[in-house]
Amino acid sequence: MTALDARVLPDWAPYGAVAASAAFSAALLSAAGAFSVALLFVLTALVACVATYAWSRSVEGSRRAFDRLVTLVIVAAFCLALIPLLSLVFEVTKRGLPGLSLEFITADARGKIGGGGAAHALVGTLVITGVATAISVPIGLMAAIYLTEYGGGRLRRALTFFVDVMTGIPSIVAGLFAFALFALIFGPGIRMGVMGSAALSVLMIPIVIRSSEEVLKIVPNHLREASYALGTPKWRTIVKVVLPTAFAGLLTGVMIAVARIIGETAPLLVTTGVVDSINSNPLSGRMQNLAVYAYSEYRTPGVFKQASYDRAWAAALLLIVIVMVLNLAARLIYRRYRTEIR
Amino acid sequence: MGAAGATRVETRTGAEVSATLPGDVASKPGAVAAGSRPAKTIDVREVNLFYGDLHAVEDVTMAVEPNKVTALIGSSGCGKTTFLRSLNRMHELNPKARMTGEITLDGQDIYAPGVDPVQVRRLVGMVFQSPNPFPTMSIYDNVAAGLNLNTGRVKKSVKDEVVERSLRGAHLWNEVKDRLEKPGSGLSGGQQQRLCIARAIAVEPEVLLMDEPCSALDPVATLAIEELIGELKSKYTIAIVTHNMQQASRASDITAFFNLEATGKPGRLVEIGATEAIFTSPSEQATEDYVSGRFG
Repeated sequence: MTALDARVLPDWAPYGAVAASAAFSAALLSAAGAFSVALLFVLTALVACVATYAWSRSVEGSRRAFDRLVTLVIVAAFCLALIPLLSLVFEVTKRGLPGLSLEFITADARGKIGGGGAAHALVGTLVITGVATAISVPIGLMAAIYLTEYGGGRLRRALTFFVDVMTGIPSIVAGLFAFALFALIFGPGIRMGVMGSAALSVLMIPIVIRSSEEVLKIVPNHLREASYALGTPKWRTIVKVVLPTAFAGLLTGVMIAVARIIGETAPLLVTTGVVDSINSNPLSGRMQNLAVYAYSEYRTPGVFKQASYDRAWAAALLLIVIVMVLNLAARLIYRRYRTEIR
Repeated sequence: MGAAGATRVETRTGAEVSATLPGDVASKPGAVAAGSRPAKTIDVREVNLFYGDLHAVEDVTMAVEPNKVTALIGSSGCGKTTFLRSLNRMHELNPKARMTGEITLDGQDIYAPGVDPVQVRRLVGMVFQSPNPFPTMSIYDNVAAGLNLNTGRVKKSVKDEVVERSLRGAHLWNEVKDRLEKPGSGLSGGQQQRLCIARAIAVEPEVLLMDEPCSALDPVATLAIEELIGELKSKYTIAIVTHNMQQASRASDITAFFNLEATGKPGRLVEIGATEAIFTSPSEQATEDYVSGRFG
């Protein structure tokens, strides 16, 4: 036997080992009378690791055995990370579907005891998030351009540091900041949608800066130099060469930031408040929002408790669907405009 | 200089279109002399270049002659590229870069206070080591980039003419004329480099700097670019950095040899002269050692 012609396990070996481990673990747990899905997962992972390593080591030697072991550990970690996500989507879908109806997304809740829909919250969510995005993206993008293209020395370092600090601000603090700011300007008791947008911008701007900065950094310098060598001023180089090249990445960053703030509850509770009717004007009056809607339906259900709970779950489901649609749209645009960066 | 420079570029573009198109370069490769025009001389006096504390190039005094190809040769790290980049003020894009001495373009100091580096780069174009077409732009837009990026609105008909003329000038027109709207990154390496040359000559510079333009290309593409360089010198002043000794001997009229005395010392200009003289009877021992392949 030559060195190249080593013995290897068959292709189905890893799957077979995991399946056998799962069966063995299930039998063992049932026999012990302690069957549960979580325990089954942990035990299967452990048994599969040990079994695969032993089997592979006896046939293929220690190097391949270790490779298989590490692969298995990584796959297990991935599954572990996926479990909460899948269980959350499953649970929200299961509980949210009964409450979801045409009325839910077209009617508001004004004067409807135990009924009505969440149209006002849907409109509020879109308006508040839209305004927050309109505030945050220009500011965040320009800050990122400053950091990557212009900034230097102490100011740059200070800015980066404070942006990092800003990402850690508790969202309620952002809400209180906006509340206080508008109360100082317009007097106490002021309520409008823009307050919520301002609060969300405080949370969104640092995310936009950070993601945009990373994306702008990977635009290769030779493209900037090619543009300069044509006698192009710096600002035009940034607008016409750097930003288009980074476009897909910038968009993804913005989408992540939107997804992060669209479900915010606390800062909107203190700024835009709770209301039952549709208000699409961000410059006057209270505005409802899906997360706050879900919260208040659950906290103060009224007479028809189950209907309220259903609506709260439906609102949560609607929020997840909106984020998913936004992400899908971003992915489509990303594919369309992605540029190969060498 | 700002306003004057801009209008001059425009009128020149307009005049060039009618002047050059009939004497089409690509269709009659031999007939380049007809389109010849006076180019500009770069005079370099006692130039020293630094990166922070690092003294990269020491006391270079030389001239880059008009309508000739000047090759800069020398071992890696001897400051050829740094020197080349100082000729169109690209050196200073590095925040730590400094320079002393004087560089003039037809007598005008390009480092004088009040001279806009952007204007200098419009007159002194550059082609880089690895082909770098703009990935977001089509072949057409890549060539038109200089016009689009600099002069704002240009008439479509003028743009079409400039693009065709530049692509013909770079010997690329026949290969890409049917797919001008395709992205430039879809071309082969040699085609991409010719695209970059087309992009550089589309803005009608006086001087063309080339930083090892063939180092990423195969011999066939290299030959194509070398022939192109030979034709371009009728219209431009050309300086080319190369590691390839044969390339210097084939493509250049004048050769400047740069060398380090020792590692850690700045690069110096050892010798400059007619290419034939440098390769057959150099006056310095270091030059002879280098061109005969004894070191470097």
